Amino acid sequence: MVNPYRKTIIKPSILQLFAVLCVLLGLALNAQSAETVLKFENEGHAALYLRLTQEFRCLKCQNQNLAGSNADLAQDLRNEIYQAVVSGQGREEISDYLVARYGDFVLYRPPVKKITYLLWFGPFVLLLFAIIGGWRLISSKPAFTAAEPSEALEAARRRLNE
Amino acid sequence: MWKFIPLVLFFGLLGFLARGLDLDPSELPSPLIDKPAPQFQLQSLYDASEHSPESFAGDVWLFNVWASWCRACVTEHPVLEQLKQIDGLTMVGLNHKDVLDDGRSWLNRFGNPFDTVLFDQQGGTGINWGVYGVPETFIMDKKGVVRYKHIGPISEKDFKTILVPLIKQLQAEQA
Repeated sequence: MVNPYRKTIIKPSILQLFAVLCVLLGLALNAQSAETVLKFENEGHAALYLRLTQEFRCLKCQNQNLAGSNADLAQDLRNEIYQAVVSGQGREEISDYLVARYGDFVLYRPPVKKITYLLWFGPFVLLLFAIIGGWRLISSKPAFTAAEPSEALEAARRRLNE
Repeated sequence: MWKFIPLVLFFGLLGFLARGLDLDPSELPSPLIDKPAPQFQLQSLYDASEHSPESFAGDVWLFNVWASWCRACVTEHPVLEQLKQIDGLTMVGLNHKDVLDDGRSWLNRFGNPFDTVLFDQQGGTGINWGVYGVPETFIMDKKGVVRYKHIGPISEKDFKTILVPLIKQLQAEQA
């Protein structure tokens, strides 16, 4: 019997396999990005959303911002921010909203207040100490002076000259 | 005099590090403390009755956020049963981001320590209360002001050393 499909069977070369892989990979990447497509009325809103999700910390996974985290909580908060941005709220409003619920820790940039004084100004205090210490070190009497050459050196020099 | 400065700095640093060993970075101070309980209007997990923080006014009440998908909640459950034994404490549970049937069967399986169980399917109430790690427990005084927040499962020790004295103290306050 003759198989009518016989002719169409291809023996794939490495190059062809590679091409297929590339296409599949492209599809996979596409599928992934399709999940996170959000619609904004204008560029300003989109920019604000991006900025805010990068500015706030995911409390569940503390070393990631909301934009970079896949935690459930981060998704919910991204959604909250999206709704707020689309409804026309500004940065201050949204920031206050999150801080009122989750505290200052949600901010990657902590506000300057009494409890954060040490955090903000501590490094400068240390720098001041270092400068004072350094200045004292430089201005104090050096341990070695290139003053009078010692007698032994003088004696050696005399011998060389002889 | 000046040569002691490195020594002082060293012990200062040592002090900070020693303190740091004892702190849990996942436990964050809540901005809700000493503020009125955030508003909600939620349905019971069991029937159509609706509840808000005002429903519990006049009593000291405990608000425990839990879910059937939360493993630490199982660990915490025996402590909730103990809290239930405290006279005059209203136990309110919030089933957070859960499936109705899963929540109900979890309570069937382990026992229901709550006087009222509310259902927060979308998690909106959780966000308003600043919940980020289930289980979380809040304690409100008779005026409905948040007085304490516990993040993560309540241990036997927390129960004895923190919660019992606090609840006693709050119950002694005027409404």
